Amino acid sequence: MATETTAASTCLTEGGSALGMPQLCADWIPNQVFWLVVALVVLFLILSRVALPRIGAVLAERRGTISNDLAAAEELKQKAVEAEKAYHEALANAKAEAGRIVAQAKAEIQKELDKATAKADAEIAAKATESEARINDIRAGALEAVTEVAKDTAKEIVAALGGKADARSITAAVSARVKG
Amino acid sequence: MFHPMDQFIVKPLFGDGPVMWYTPTNATLWMALAVLAVSLLFVVGTRGRAVVPTRVQSIAEVFYGLVYKMVEDVAGHDGAKYFPHIMTLFLFILFSNYLALIPMSFSPTSHIGVTAVLGFGVFFAVTAIGFAKNGIGFLKLFWMSDAPLFLRPIIALIEVISYFVRPVSHSIRLAGNITAGHAVLKVFATFAAVTAIAPLSIVAIVAIFALEVLVSVIQAYVFTILTCVYLRDALHPSH
Repeated sequence: MATETTAASTCLTEGGSALGMPQLCADWIPNQVFWLVVALVVLFLILSRVALPRIGAVLAERRGTISNDLAAAEELKQKAVEAEKAYHEALANAKAEAGRIVAQAKAEIQKELDKATAKADAEIAAKATESEARINDIRAGALEAVTEVAKDTAKEIVAALGGKADARSITAAVSARVKG
Repeated sequence: MFHPMDQFIVKPLFGDGPVMWYTPTNATLWMALAVLAVSLLFVVGTRGRAVVPTRVQSIAEVFYGLVYKMVEDVAGHDGAKYFPHIMTLFLFILFSNYLALIPMSFSPTSHIGVTAVLGFGVFFAVTAIGFAKNGIGFLKLFWMSDAPLFLRPIIALIEVISYFVRPVSHSIRLAGNITAGHAVLKVFATFAAVTAIAPLSIVAIVAIFALEVLVSVIQAYVFTILTCVYLRDALHPSH
């Protein structure tokens, strides 16, 4: 390199423009190789020491969190199913109990009702008997009254016709007619 | 008027002296920026260690997941040990490619000096791993035990040649793609100064730029996945 004077490289024209393909210029290759190796080593250290373990840990943590959450959700679902089953069981029990109570109440009410009906029937029968007796009385009274009225009426009619009838014969005649 | 290849010139950052191996140059600067950008994304962006990630952290996680899955799928489960190394390669190439798309920037990955170090680095590392893991059995990689016997020496010869061509194609593929894209961009940029064809030229620049964004990712991806394929050959040489 000591022989080199002003020109920066043999790959450039006097005006500093490219001569051929600069990508193939041998003068620059040591420089590029050196800095490439430096860049790669630095990048590798950054990635392998800091970045990649960190991202790997984050991804693993996320996987763990997701599978934990899924397991928890599964467990909760199981619990919910069990709770639903218990609820249905309780509901069925309550329904059966209610049915039993209703039947019992119905039976009791029926019994009371039967008793009340029987009592009412008895009362009605008693009242009917009494009423019948009274009706018979009234009927007998009425028959007597009819006989009385008929006697008086007959006596008056006989008197109006100008006859004179004694009470005994009229009574006998009326009694015979009424009976007849 | 500027030369389309001027963008690839390596210049000292300070002064005008000759470029010695230790001189900080524009190549140094843009490699350092790539390292810085990766650090910002992967160290500063993930400093929250959030189980529910922030936007920046989720980008870093996407890269992590992409490369990790690639290493595991292609190189096998025992290749996961080399994940940090492959991640370093992928991120360095990807971010160098991306930063090189900034106008007036310098693209380290367009230089054979850079990509050859990457390509031959992978080649030597993979070969060393192959012999360290399998001993002399690593040579079975070249011996097709399911081919007819008389064909095996011929296939072995072809396999050996193709094995040694790997680092060359590996590095030239990357440098060639990046160089071509940037040179085409510059050529169209030159035409943009001519009034008559300036609109067409600008549309072409936009289109090529979009293409280059894709190429940046694809070349980083291809370089990485080929590294994984070579690593798989080293870990499991028998076909």
